[in-house]
Amino acid sequence: MQNTKNMRIPDFKLTVPVDQIGVEERAARFRTRSIKKESKLFALKLALQMVDLTTLEGMDSPGKVRQLCNKAMYPYEADPEIPKVAAVCVYPNRVRLAAEILKGSGIHVASVATSFPSGMGTLESRIEEVKYAVDEGADEIDMVISRWAFLKGEYNYVFDEVATFKEACGPAHLKVILETGELETYENVRKASDIAIYAGADFIKTSTGKISPAATMPVTLVMLYAIRDYYLKTGNKIGMKPAGGIRDAKTALHYLAMVKETLGADWLTPDLFRFGASSLANDLLMQIIKQKTGQYQSPDYFSIG
Amino acid sequence: MSEKELTTRQNLRFDELWAYDPAPESPDYVKIEEQYNLFIDGKFQEPASGRYFETINPANETLLSRVARAEKSDLDKAVAAARKAYEGVWSKMHAKERGKYIYRIARLLQERAREFAILESMDTGKPIRESRDVDIPIVIAHFFYYAGWADKLKYAFPGVDPRPLGVAGQIIPWNFPLLMAAWKIAPALATGNTVVIKPASSTPLTLLRLGELIRDAGVPAGVVNIVTGPGEIGSAIANHPDIDKIAFTGSTEIGRTIQEASLRTGKKYTLELGGKAANIVFDDAPVEEAVEGIVNGIFFNQGHVCCAGSRLLVQEGVADELVHKLKMRMETLIVGDPLDKNTDIGAINSKGQLDSILGYLTDGVESGLQIYQTKCQLPEKGFWCPPTLVENVSQAHRIVQEEVFGPVLTIQTFRTPEEAVSLANNTPYGLSGGIWTDKGSKIFKVGKGIRAGVIWANTFNKFDPTSPFGGYKESGMGREGGIHGLLPYLEISQ
Repeated sequence: MQNTKNMRIPDFKLTVPVDQIGVEERAARFRTRSIKKESKLFALKLALQMVDLTTLEGMDSPGKVRQLCNKAMYPYEADPEIPKVAAVCVYPNRVRLAAEILKGSGIHVASVATSFPSGMGTLESRIEEVKYAVDEGADEIDMVISRWAFLKGEYNYVFDEVATFKEACGPAHLKVILETGELETYENVRKASDIAIYAGADFIKTSTGKISPAATMPVTLVMLYAIRDYYLKTGNKIGMKPAGGIRDAKTALHYLAMVKETLGADWLTPDLFRFGASSLANDLLMQIIKQKTGQYQSPDYFSIG
Repeated sequence: MSEKELTTRQNLRFDELWAYDPAPESPDYVKIEEQYNLFIDGKFQEPASGRYFETINPANETLLSRVARAEKSDLDKAVAAARKAYEGVWSKMHAKERGKYIYRIARLLQERAREFAILESMDTGKPIRESRDVDIPIVIAHFFYYAGWADKLKYAFPGVDPRPLGVAGQIIPWNFPLLMAAWKIAPALATGNTVVIKPASSTPLTLLRLGELIRDAGVPAGVVNIVTGPGEIGSAIANHPDIDKIAFTGSTEIGRTIQEASLRTGKKYTLELGGKAANIVFDDAPVEEAVEGIVNGIFFNQGHVCCAGSRLLVQEGVADELVHKLKMRMETLIVGDPLDKNTDIGAINSKGQLDSILGYLTDGVESGLQIYQTKCQLPEKGFWCPPTLVENVSQAHRIVQEEVFGPVLTIQTFRTPEEAVSLANNTPYGLSGGIWTDKGSKIFKVGKGIRAGVIWANTFNKFDPTSPFGGYKESGMGREGGIHGLLPYLEISQ
């Protein structure tokens, strides 16, 4: 439960200034962190535990989802020390199947909902979709905000929809996708983050993966600052999920360095940080095996999801 | 308790859950000779005295090399070589050819950037991240930039027939040894002057290596001469009758003696001296980026920066939040081995400088100042000072008035832009300043009010060869960099 003491909702018409050049320089600085040896192995394993293994295609058949769920549970069977991923993320009509397969594995079932990726359904249908996904067995809901309303300055509309979906989630966790690639400015990213957080998001998430650019380090950093300010004000910890465009282990480690140096060690857990990605998991696995055995193996030795 | 006060009570945990393993650059990549001679007339020559002094690595106090101790007769030899090269070759050479040599120096530096970066970090104690990403790239940019001017001087100063002065005597400091050498050598050569240059005695190695590179580039003998030695050699340069121009970067105290000597001997001179810059944060500033700018302003190069933003002036409404966030940011700064790629803050350049910084802090403690230092662990050997804040100080305090030249930031608050400007100007210095606000008009209004050579807006410590640099008041005379940086090396006739 969130501590609501001292949670005065800010005036979203006001803008928290963000300097574009400054935030991009700061984000670039994390890319110069050189992560080696034990600290690298630790971070690679941690990153793997934070992956939301995702498939969000119109062609997602039950067979494809089954394949993905098994990949989630057994990323690399040859080495039992290798951890499982955090969650599998699918469309609502694949939730029941995923939940069946993953039952008892400790892996969360996440579902996109609310007319993903555009959010252009009616409010009623979007609420229904959330309820449906939760009933089918999703314990995490990835919603999208109405970017049209946000860009039009209708911040209360966005606030209210997030709050409504949070209620519809019941016990499930709510991740709010801002679709930062459509928000144009860092200040908008900051504002959308604040709206989502104050309206009840458990996680804020950059992107659907359907729009380019998807997650970038500076955008993620602006969102981490919003999470930090909220924590400093209320003591409540909100999670962060960059999604889309993070394909290689090295980039993932730089994201973790950014989280560690911005929010501290408490956020280095799958409960508060996730990567929404599909191909990242195997690159992490390849690097983990390389780090442990000293040999870099061909992708053919790693199962695809 | 107000909302603002509550906000600043929460803290974050930057503990050791995931500490980065050491990722050091290899010192073996650079071969350092046991002994270095004076670079005079295109050759490395033994000093007349036969004596050498030691240069150490300030991060571990180990001996790096022994360097020739020049005396007056060596300097005379160097000046004579420079004069001969000026009259015989360099001033007669077609400007386009002169430019080619400078381009060649730039390109060779580019090829050997890693070597120069490692050596610079070993000799100065600055982190490899800075020598690799800041010092050396700007060194190269300076040579490229001024190489381009060599055959275009008539266009820089149309109709006034710009001509070289002759022999330039240059004295450089220990905080940016190679960078300050580049700032001085590049415009001197581009304008057709020859050079006698002296590095600081604690950091001579990269300049001597540049001497090797200049020789390997085939630059005519005597065009650049390097004399190493104690301060007396610097003052001998300032007083030398056959030197036409002095360029000095260093302390205001020595700058004064050089100014007197130059006036007495009728030399042209430029002085780049101390600073005590105000970094002004308004309550409408982008706070996170301002914190980053403050860190970059004062902890860059351990605060051994003449234009460092050593006085933080913060508007009262945002002071608590800003200082709280600054302290959190400081906890993530990694202090240690300069050659480690993750190091943010390296070693203090010398024992003497460390003692001077600690002197200010001890005085501060004795007079009851509120001093905050981060909890970082410092190596046992070498010279170290953790990032330091001095809070709740005022203009009356010595630590606010004098240049500490270390990782020490004083914090004062203000209420109105006018008050900020008057605090910023209330110093004998005037080298740089910073303004943080979301409002463009405020940048121009406040910026105009501050008497300093460089004002950065929503950034700090940004350098570019095209931009002139220099100070007001006790911060110096003349400008280096840009088209302005050519002028001190030229005779202009109407």
